[in-house]
Amino acid sequence: MLAISAGGVIVWIVWVAAGFACLASGLAVVSFTNPFFSALALIGNLASLAVLYLLLSAEFVSAAQVLVYAGAVMVMFLFVTAYVGPRREPPWRSGPSWQALAAVLAAGAIFVEIIVAIGLKAGGRLQESAHVGGDFGTPAWIGRLFLTDHLLAFEITSIVLLVAAVGGVILGSHTRRAGAGRHEPEGAAG
Amino acid sequence: MLLGPSIAWYLGIAAFLFATGVFGVLVRRNPLIVLLSLEIMLNGGNLALIAFSRHAGNGAGQIFALTVMAVAAAEVCVGLGLIVALHRRRLALDVDELSELRG
Repeated sequence: MLAISAGGVIVWIVWVAAGFACLASGLAVVSFTNPFFSALALIGNLASLAVLYLLLSAEFVSAAQVLVYAGAVMVMFLFVTAYVGPRREPPWRSGPSWQALAAVLAAGAIFVEIIVAIGLKAGGRLQESAHVGGDFGTPAWIGRLFLTDHLLAFEITSIVLLVAAVGGVILGSHTRRAGAGRHEPEGAAG
Repeated sequence: MLLGPSIAWYLGIAAFLFATGVFGVLVRRNPLIVLLSLEIMLNGGNLALIAFSRHAGNGAGQIFALTVMAVAAAEVCVGLGLIVALHRRRLALDVDELSELRG
């Protein structure tokens, strides 16, 4: 009993730290003027989310979050941010201030709506969660699920990634051809 | 059993993250930061999926979260390709000034 409560206290401490880091870095992403700092804040957001996933015993998803998001996707973001150059933009420059006010109201309305919907539909049933075995969230368990029950989702995901890769290549090559045509119009005509 | 806070607290964090992303998409003008805010929204959805997966003891939520990650990677690929294409054509990186498709 004492061990369980001590473990619970530790989980609470980790949860408060990760949750606070998550919310603060999320707010930092939308309020920094420099996109580079916003991307760095999003890396902190993803890392604290990975800690929350670990607390929910989703080990494989947590590792994939760090590898795919904080590793690959954010490197692409930082590369493109450096490629297009420093471009500072005051967060609230957006013309009339009623737009910012309306955005705050819309975001607050969505937040309240989600909380009310969860409270109405599932409020009483969220207190105790199901008991899960030791293999819940492990890579072997996820892999077995992916290749048995969710095989169609797995295959369609590969098609989506292939289409996205083709789209990225076409976006890049199209602009290069347009630039070449602008520089040598007679070559294109002949 | 689940040590620490109950699932409702995780859902609160997920809802706040989603609202933060909505605010960023609505108020920012730089398409890079709009993409980053979209990522925040997707991650709020992912956190809710994984919290419900743990709550129900069912793995479908985690499978869904991994699929959302793949779709987010595809979205970032195309979005960043668009931003690089805009930059090469010397267009302004401002979602208010990109109005060439307006009829």
